[in-house]
Amino acid sequence: MKSKFVWLACTVGLVLASATAIAQQKSETQPAAARARLITQPQYVNTLRAIFGPNVKYPSALAPMNRVGGLVEIGASAAVVTGGALDRFDNGARSIAKDVFDPSHREYLMPCRPASEMKPDDACARKFFAQVGRLLFRRALTEKELKAYTDIAHASAVSLGDFYSGMSATLSGMLVAPEFIYVAPATEVVRGHSQLTANAKAVRLSMLLWNSYPDSELLTAAENGSLNTDKGLVKQVDRLLASPRLADGVRNFFADMLIFESFETLAKDAKIYPSFTTQVTNDSKEQTLRTIVSHLVDENLDYRDIFTTRKTFLTNDLAAVYGVAINDPDRWVPYEFPANSRRGGLLTQISFLALYSHPGRSSPTRRGRAIREIFLCQKVPDPPPNVDFSAIENPDPTIKTARARLTAHSANPVCAGCHKITDPIGLALESFDGAGSYRADENGAVIDTSGKLNDASFVDATGLEKALHDNPSTPSCLVQRMTSYALGRQVGADDASLLSDVNSKFAASGYRVKDLLRVIAMDKTFYAAPLIDNKPTVEKADAGTSKVGSKS
Amino acid sequence: MNNINRRRILRGMLNGAAVTVALPYLECFLNSNGTALASGAPVPIRFGTWFWGLGMTKQIFTPTKVGADYDLPEQIASWKDIKQHVNLYSNMNVSTDGRPVPCHYTGWVSVMTGEAPLNGSSYPRESIDVTVADAIGTTTRFRSMQLAATANPRSTHSFRSTEAVNPPEVSVSELYQKIFGPEFQDPNSPSFTPDVRIKTRKSVLSGVMEQSADFRRTLGKADQARLDEYFTATRELESRLALQLEKPDPAPACKVPAAANKELPVGIESELLITRHNLMTDFLVMALACNQTRVFNMMYSDATAVTTRKGFAKVHHTITHEEPYDVKLGYQTEASWFVTRSMESFAYFVKALAKFKEGDATLLDRSLVFGYSDLSLAQAHSLVGIPMMTAGSAGGRLKTGIHFDGKGAPVTRVGLTVQQALGLQTAEWGQNSMRTSQAIGEVLV
Repeated sequence: MKSKFVWLACTVGLVLASATAIAQQKSETQPAAARARLITQPQYVNTLRAIFGPNVKYPSALAPMNRVGGLVEIGASAAVVTGGALDRFDNGARSIAKDVFDPSHREYLMPCRPASEMKPDDACARKFFAQVGRLLFRRALTEKELKAYTDIAHASAVSLGDFYSGMSATLSGMLVAPEFIYVAPATEVVRGHSQLTANAKAVRLSMLLWNSYPDSELLTAAENGSLNTDKGLVKQVDRLLASPRLADGVRNFFADMLIFESFETLAKDAKIYPSFTTQVTNDSKEQTLRTIVSHLVDENLDYRDIFTTRKTFLTNDLAAVYGVAINDPDRWVPYEFPANSRRGGLLTQISFLALYSHPGRSSPTRRGRAIREIFLCQKVPDPPPNVDFSAIENPDPTIKTARARLTAHSANPVCAGCHKITDPIGLALESFDGAGSYRADENGAVIDTSGKLNDASFVDATGLEKALHDNPSTPSCLVQRMTSYALGRQVGADDASLLSDVNSKFAASGYRVKDLLRVIAMDKTFYAAPLIDNKPTVEKADAGTSKVGSKS
Repeated sequence: MNNINRRRILRGMLNGAAVTVALPYLECFLNSNGTALASGAPVPIRFGTWFWGLGMTKQIFTPTKVGADYDLPEQIASWKDIKQHVNLYSNMNVSTDGRPVPCHYTGWVSVMTGEAPLNGSSYPRESIDVTVADAIGTTTRFRSMQLAATANPRSTHSFRSTEAVNPPEVSVSELYQKIFGPEFQDPNSPSFTPDVRIKTRKSVLSGVMEQSADFRRTLGKADQARLDEYFTATRELESRLALQLEKPDPAPACKVPAAANKELPVGIESELLITRHNLMTDFLVMALACNQTRVFNMMYSDATAVTTRKGFAKVHHTITHEEPYDVKLGYQTEASWFVTRSMESFAYFVKALAKFKEGDATLLDRSLVFGYSDLSLAQAHSLVGIPMMTAGSAGGRLKTGIHFDGKGAPVTRVGLTVQQALGLQTAEWGQNSMRTSQAIGEVLV
């Protein structure tokens, strides 16, 4: 039977590259090393919230960035600010700056009071910019900069006739300054050895662990040189890992890896899935992130168990879709599915099931592809062009299930190549419809959820999750992603020894993500100076005076 | 140009003395037939693109008659009231010169850039709207405006490079705020006082950028190039603020519309999509009339359009691949339903411009809307016969109401024609085997 499913080949692709192959592949299109990263939406919010507190409103509408190598965080190393993107930064900056100097907030956010609210007060302005500028630019402002911003605030206060309006105007300017929105890996040469500056080390560390710019204490450790000592580095890594802000970092990494920005446009057909409301959409995303943070950060458990754990968090809306009851209908509550439940693990959560489905039906192919690409770092390549559809045939009305439809078309070798890769695992999730609800049958027919992942056979979703849990590529894929995320670039052949080392240590830790983060954060490769084209560097004869030089 | 001239004249009249002044309306500056300013400069021309995904069904889309007064097959029957304004370009192809052909990508990238992409994740060069905006979009508040009826923040065909992408407006109410929010200056307000807050913003921005020059020097070459894009964007913002400190040109047709009452839900169920498209169109029309922008992109759907139809399990894209041909009709009827809705929306868009009076002419008379899809027959991802349209005469530089049969010519001939109609000095356009110096003489005046 000729296939009308050839298009799926086009959607899914034909060849499967292994994670090892990707790791060993030398990318010609990628820069040899990290470049300046543009601040991402979560980093923007995390950083500013840490500086100005939770009461200020932080608009969430920065321009989206490209996803590269499975992560937006890598795309940030190539992102460019166009006019439209700058508008988003500018609008956000003005709104935040206005709120910071609102009478309800400035009382506690300003380190001083102006002599008169109607006039400039250079001393007070200077104090604020010294304090906040250091956190925004991740280094102490130079005297020239401090004077410049104080002068700008002075002139603005005069023209606006109000000290705080002048401060607000100046702060909104700083929030669109490239020194704030771009993070460049500044380097220095110490005794002939090129390395990141201590401040750049602090930034890299805090972006990895908190997904935010450094706090004052970490900057101080960089400024006083202690971060460049083993003891000082350990102290800071321990502090950051123990902080509640680690949850922000872990949450952001997984939201990025799981492509959760897709929730922005996720919608289901209201007639087919009436229970899949906007609230369910939002809650399902939050459920998965809460589960991950609780499991990996709060409980510090084995990463692989996120595919099998029955422990999660639910709201009333979600509980209704899952068909269970929770105690408190007004807030998030911890919940554990019973041992005989069909639910358990990330793949059987609504977020994954609904995100990788069509608006009106499930999709074993999409689900299978997502498992391969997201959790196993395997590439399901792009589809072949100009496929011949001349042999399209009418659908057989006796076919009732997705498995039967897919099997019917597997005779076509062009289709079969990909579908063998994606479908056997995707079909294991067919007991859940396109909105993630359980279903006992499909169009009255029994659903066969058996399949194989490599050599591991299973009969249902629980078995698939166990197979994924036990697959050696599952933890090594996480290592690959986390290392790329940390470095802001795709890891390649040059990183083979680093990856091997991190993989071993991750395994030795019992696959604890906190330990994985510690391993990366303590590895000198993480702080190595990137190879950048014609990058000017600050040469340091010693730890003392420095001068600007140029490395060709 | 005319902007500066008139403002210069006014400054001369006032000897630069006053900052608050009542100004006469635009008609005073138009010649007797409204086609040009009294100074002789032409009235501004607007340019925009309108994209829909998944092509068309040739036998019920392409008119049999070539030339003027073409027939309207089923899928474009909704053009009844607008066909006199619309040129349809059929039988024009994309050549890839052996490059890989990522489905639902090569076609529209080729139409927009004149070159087939090297892969499915990069753009070979800037999109045509960016080229045009550099030429005609520099004197309005917004150089260009991107709208996504899909509500998808990644739906855009406007870019200077792979990384330098212009993000779209996805929310009707935010679009309204962007255009008509607190920073909007009514061009017909009898008095004008420069806003001291805007003046302050401009000085702050200049001051901050001055400090940032040092930052650039610390970067490698590739990052310096990225930062230069940032500085370009900053200068655009400064120019916009400078523009807002001057009395805007009168625009008698400009009337601030009522704000959008409520936010539409997420999703692209067909009726919802059409509602969002129409609301965005109405605001865009007024943005053009109020001189807020002269260049725009409307994404009606994405290339792999996942538009749904109430109660139907499959999305448009899936249907194009899975629906069997109707035995009697010889085409896919469900897939066709979506194409027909798309063309109705195109008709709505063109009508919205055509019914809007601006002096003696309509907004459409002074516009050029370039419609295109990513392929012809979606089921086969065919790059042969990609449908394209133009609507409007670009101020009389383009004949309208013509069906042009390209007889297998490259799609770039339309892109070149568009640029020449807009007055750009582009003699050749496109790359490799799609490079052409042949604008379409049959439609150029």
